[in-house]
Amino acid sequence: MSTPAEEVVAIGEATLKDRILNRLTRLLQDQWKLLVLGIPYAWLLLFFLAPFFFVLKISLAETTIASPPYTPLVEWVDEGIMHVRVVIDNYAYLWEDDLYVNTYLNSLVISVTSTILCLLLGYPIAYAIVRSSHTVKHILLLLIILPFWTSFLLRVYAWMGLLADQGTINDLLIALGIIDEPIRMLYTTFAVYVGIVYTYVPFMILPLYANMEKLDWELLEAAADLGAKPMTTFFTITLPATSPGILAGSLLVFIPATGEYVIPDLLGGGNVLMIGRVLYNEFNANIDWPVASAVAIALLLLLVLPMMLYQHIQAKETENP
Amino acid sequence: MAEALDYTDRPWLDPEAEPFIKVQSVSKHFGDFTAVDSVDLDIYKGELFCLLGGSGCGKSTLLRMLAGFETPSSGTILIDGQNMNDVPPYERPVNMMFQSYALFPHMTVWNNVAYGLRRDKVPKSEIQQRVDEMISMVELDQFAKRKPHQLSGGQKQRVALARALVKQPKVLLLDEPLGALDKRLREQTQYELMNIQEQLGVTFIVVTHDQEEAMTLSTRIAVMDTGRFQQIGTPTEIYEFPNSRVVANFIGNANMFEGRIIENGPDHVIVESNDPKCEFFVDHGMSIQEGTKVWVALRPEKVRISKESPANSSANTIRGMVHDIGYLGGTSTYRVQVDGDHMIEITSPNMMRPRDASPPIDWDEEVYLSWDASSSVVLTK
Ligand SMILES: Nc1ncnc2c1ncn2[C@@H]1O[C@H](COP(=O)(O)OP(=O)(O)OP(=O)(O)O)[C@@H](O)[C@H]1O
Ligand SMILES: [Mg+2]
Repeated sequence: MSTPAEEVVAIGEATLKDRILNRLTRLLQDQWKLLVLGIPYAWLLLFFLAPFFFVLKISLAETTIASPPYTPLVEWVDEGIMHVRVVIDNYAYLWEDDLYVNTYLNSLVISVTSTILCLLLGYPIAYAIVRSSHTVKHILLLLIILPFWTSFLLRVYAWMGLLADQGTINDLLIALGIIDEPIRMLYTTFAVYVGIVYTYVPFMILPLYANMEKLDWELLEAAADLGAKPMTTFFTITLPATSPGILAGSLLVFIPATGEYVIPDLLGGGNVLMIGRVLYNEFNANIDWPVASAVAIALLLLLVLPMMLYQHIQAKETENP
Repeated sequence: MAEALDYTDRPWLDPEAEPFIKVQSVSKHFGDFTAVDSVDLDIYKGELFCLLGGSGCGKSTLLRMLAGFETPSSGTILIDGQNMNDVPPYERPVNMMFQSYALFPHMTVWNNVAYGLRRDKVPKSEIQQRVDEMISMVELDQFAKRKPHQLSGGQKQRVALARALVKQPKVLLLDEPLGALDKRLREQTQYELMNIQEQLGVTFIVVTHDQEEAMTLSTRIAVMDTGRFQQIGTPTEIYEFPNSRVVANFIGNANMFEGRIIENGPDHVIVESNDPKCEFFVDHGMSIQEGTKVWVALRPEKVRISKESPANSSANTIRGMVHDIGYLGGTSTYRVQVDGDHMIEITSPNMMRPRDASPPIDWDEEVYLSWDASSSVVLTK
């Protein structure tokens, strides 16, 4: 039996211990929060923002024959006088030269068209996956992801083999007697479209799938109940309800497709001008790092500005409905 | 010569009347689970029919088959004489209010309500007028421009109701229409529903958990249990003459006694129960063998409670001890312990205002419970 006095002491100790424990856990929780938020920010800072500033800096320099092949932005003249040289000639050059303007436009046309093609192809596929039974669903999803397990480059080479003049498709068509001479497919814009749509369609399907999975199917029933035919239901309910998925998928296709280098290079040969190839040429063949950097920055602005505008409008819309 | 009977309020009794909705031995299986089990049902024009039953008993499934979202595994559904089996939902003369509301999230309240009228190509000015009217009927005028996610649960429910009502369908299916409304709005909407039903002659089929709501609203009630109808009848029939223990327990409260028929006269039966030890004298004959196992249901409000032993004591009386009293203002609920640990529930109106705060019957007091020979119901299943 413990006396009342002992009990009081015991209680006191317990509360003290509890308090310390509480303090510790709270501290840990705070640190934890910091850590959780900190890691992605550090990551972005290190691997996105820092390289971006390097490229920006180079784009504002001039080429020289040196290593690295551009002039420094900041020069220390003696006695601590700082000399900053900013050259915007590179950007002016991009703007004045039709080659660059045309290439940007061509890239945009190709990436927009590919995005639309991916959407037209990916939407029904995503819809079919969502509507299929539980086991089939997983198999289909696996099939969508399966190509990622072999190298992207390898798959593009495979397409070269398929599309070439003496490639599988032409051979087959000739053997079947459908055509007499091979159709020229490789090194055309068509081949580039095939390559881009083939490569990026999973990036359209997956966000669409994720979005449709959350779609409340009872909404479609409600629409039917109120007299909407299936087509009307699709355009008035399904499409608006899946628009976040459409947007996410489209951005995931559009952005990388605009800057795509490997596909136009391998499947388009020299015939299809896209900005990724121009950038590569400036950098490696012409060793003009500042112009190459300016090309990259201009591309970034081209992609980011419309997105920021869109976000701005979206935010405003949700604020005051 | 019997005078001609007037069936206008009770079309189900009229042998000549043609049901508006005919459900003929309809079943619905999900895999090897049977959600609706060979159900037959006739509903007449202008009825306010309630489907009542516990969770998962198949009410929504039956409603969804009427709306056309589920196809019956077997059986046929006829609405207005037309076989509905191959008619898609958008061509059926029914509208449904969904249990989960199913409001279109990207549309304002106004557009949600207008959706059905737009599909019917109703002229713009008429849409404007009908939608406005409907929205003010459900008291949502200030919220017409809001999106569903900016509404409370009860407000959403009213939008769903307005959206289903605005099309003035021949049949309106309502799945738990008033569950999320507060008492005042619930009563008001019940009243509105009955009004609309009278004005427009719409046939209502209402699913509900709430037996009180079913009793107030409906012309007839179907009590459903595990995919089958236990009983179909008017609120009074269901309450006063339940045909099974399930129904008696589901509608209102009932004290249930298990016993055997010990005497079967032409105008009475006597049931003896062992636990608690008690005899029931019931004042109507039954075509039933002596010795058969039966159950006796006794409604709490049909039992008298008193401190003195009733005059003719032997049958329909039991002695016990007050275990619990719930004072509800207008009535009091007593739980009386009889013969061991058996509890009997009694509700009794508080007719007299007591002189002081102490109740006329107190806790732990010895009391006699008694009831009329016509009060108890003998059930065979
Ligand atoms: N699509 C389905 N697949 C499999 N089982 C289903 C399906 N829909 C309903 N069920 C089952 O059928 C039974 C009846 O469901 P239903 O929705 O009709 O119940 P309910 O009477 O409306 O219940 P509640 O009052 O809870 O809404 C339930 O056991 C449910 O699990
Ligand atoms: Mg339900």
